[in-house]
Amino acid sequence: MTPALEAIDVTRSYQLEDVRVDALRGVSLTIEHGDYVAVVGPSGSGKSTLMHLLGGLDRPTTGTLRVGGQDVAAMSQDQLAQVRNATIGFVFQSFQLLARTSAVDNVGMPLVYRGVRRAERRRCATEALERVGMGHRLAHRPSQLSGGEQQRVAIARALVGGPQVLLADEPTGNLDTRTGEEVMALLEALNDEQGVAVVLVTHDRDVAQRARRQVRVRDGLLEP
Amino acid sequence: MRVAEAYRVAVTALRANGLRSALTMLGVVIGVASVVVLVAIGTGAKREVEQQVQGLGSNLIIVVPGRLEFGSAPTKSRLELGDADRLRRATGQEVAVSLASGETVRFGTRSAFATVNGTNAAVSRVFVRPVARGEYLRETDVDTRRRVAVIGPELVTSLFDGADPLGRTVSVGGVRFRVIGVFASVGSSVGGSRDSEVHIPITAAQRLFGDARVDAMALEAPTTEDIPQVRKQTLAVLADRYPDEEFSAVTQDQILGTVGRILGLLTTVLAAIAAISLLVGGVGVSNIMLVSVRERTREIGLRKAVGARQRDVLLQFLLEAVLLTSIGGLVGIALGIGGSLGLAAAIDQLPAVITWWSPVLAFGVSAAVGVFFGVVPARRAGRLDPVVALRSE
Ligand SMILES: Nc1ncnc2c1ncn2[C@@H]1O[C@H](COP(=O)(O)OP(=O)(O)OP(=O)(O)O)[C@@H](O)[C@H]1O
Ligand SMILES: [Mg+2]
Repeated sequence: MTPALEAIDVTRSYQLEDVRVDALRGVSLTIEHGDYVAVVGPSGSGKSTLMHLLGGLDRPTTGTLRVGGQDVAAMSQDQLAQVRNATIGFVFQSFQLLARTSAVDNVGMPLVYRGVRRAERRRCATEALERVGMGHRLAHRPSQLSGGEQQRVAIARALVGGPQVLLADEPTGNLDTRTGEEVMALLEALNDEQGVAVVLVTHDRDVAQRARRQVRVRDGLLEP
Repeated sequence: MRVAEAYRVAVTALRANGLRSALTMLGVVIGVASVVVLVAIGTGAKREVEQQVQGLGSNLIIVVPGRLEFGSAPTKSRLELGDADRLRRATGQEVAVSLASGETVRFGTRSAFATVNGTNAAVSRVFVRPVARGEYLRETDVDTRRRVAVIGPELVTSLFDGADPLGRTVSVGGVRFRVIGVFASVGSSVGGSRDSEVHIPITAAQRLFGDARVDAMALEAPTTEDIPQVRKQTLAVLADRYPDEEFSAVTQDQILGTVGRILGLLTTVLAAIAAISLLVGGVGVSNIMLVSVRERTREIGLRKAVGARQRDVLLQFLLEAVLLTSIGGLVGIALGIGGSLGLAAAIDQLPAVITWWSPVLAFGVSAAVGVFFGVVPARRAGRLDPVVALRSE
């Protein structure tokens, strides 16, 4: 079976004025269906960059990246957007919820780009919110929610499209231990019950240890 | 993304910045309203003048000294009454003559200032100039220099308080004339009221004004096809008699053409000035859209991250710009139509005609302005790199 995500010797460099920043310097990583991987490493080592590449949000400077077996280099921006929409769920470190927009509409947004009608979107979004225990906060706006609640809304948004892989960049970074624990339980339940592959970045040793395997990034390279 | 969804997002965004959206629209509103108002006034003026010219009579040829050109200096006439007879003999058509001057007309203690026109009997047949009561001047009135007058309906009101003036005697420039007829009302014109004219026999006018000439002559060709022929004969007679001078024999079509060109040009210039303000409004839209894209960079990044294609984002922002300008356009049209009608009602001499095309055009242009000025910001939004956009503050 083809792996969900496959990075083969990928690099990612940024050209700044006259200096070149090599955020990733040759990383190979395979995420299988139903995988549960923790990405750890010091700040600035390239974890977020790797997550963006894995999720098809960014393209490698060199190397090959396959999403669901398809090489992203062969895809247009728009095709890639559709692949992201269909197979990847992102949970961003800073929630990235739309202000002035209710929880249910925030969660339903990815479905807009699948051409799902509004009523159906609301139904799916409500279901996703119920799954993360936010069924009682449908009409609330981000500013009316606590940090943990916002993170759960963000997870619901990542789930709503039924992704194969959930990429979470420090999902517990902004949360206290107890709320962090709830969010982790949620992600693990998804992994267990629905077979969604979960890749999460964390600085928290305890969180990392719960994963099936750990990947350590240092200075743009994976440590063996 | 379906258009309905893009529309919903655009409306939400415009609402979120209500005042800013309204101010941006204001530029478009003013531009569209001024296009509609100025076109309405220009068209109204043109139509009014054309109606008056048409009201003169259809196969009319007017003979005036000098060259009839826009901007040429008026020429002192050397035409005299005898020339009318020569013309009549050469063309076989009746020839109307005119010698006009402004004079004070009195009845009892009342007085009014009127255009006094010395004419002959042919005027009533060459021109469309119906008499409501009494009758028009006759040949014998001209031949015997009888002091009789046909007056306009406005003078009946101002001098006689609406009482029957027939048979009464009025003083024209200090000389007594008996009223024998009252013109039917033809309404006022841009050049002044034709309803306060006084017609007296040309011979009496020449004595009254101390002038042996006539200002102009006019004759009517039997059919439209005869116009060139009659015109040629007319000019030949005059060239024969006044070899050193130029005369113009202008037809209704020529007058209509000249007047139409001048007023058409005027309307175009006015509309062009208004269009510039519409353009300025469009630049304002573009500016605000750029601000909007910058403010919502993270939103754009997020939308792209979860699957928005370039064209989805482009559509969303383009729709926002078009919505701004077309709502502004509709408000502008309403204001423009209201303003035109208001102006026309308030100012008597300012007719306004709303043509069907000017609001349609104004709306089309404002929507197009939205597309044109929205496309740059919208494309910028569509092309944003999602990772960069998400990282932005
Ligand atoms: N757009 C960019 N332009 C230039 N350099 C960049 C850009 N994005 C990231 N970098 C650089 O790449 C390196 C890796 O960044 P990245 O965000 O992946 O780190 P990280 O491991 O996620 O760190 P943290 O744990 O602090 O989030 C950093 O040195 C960063 O400065
Ligand atoms: Mg990071």
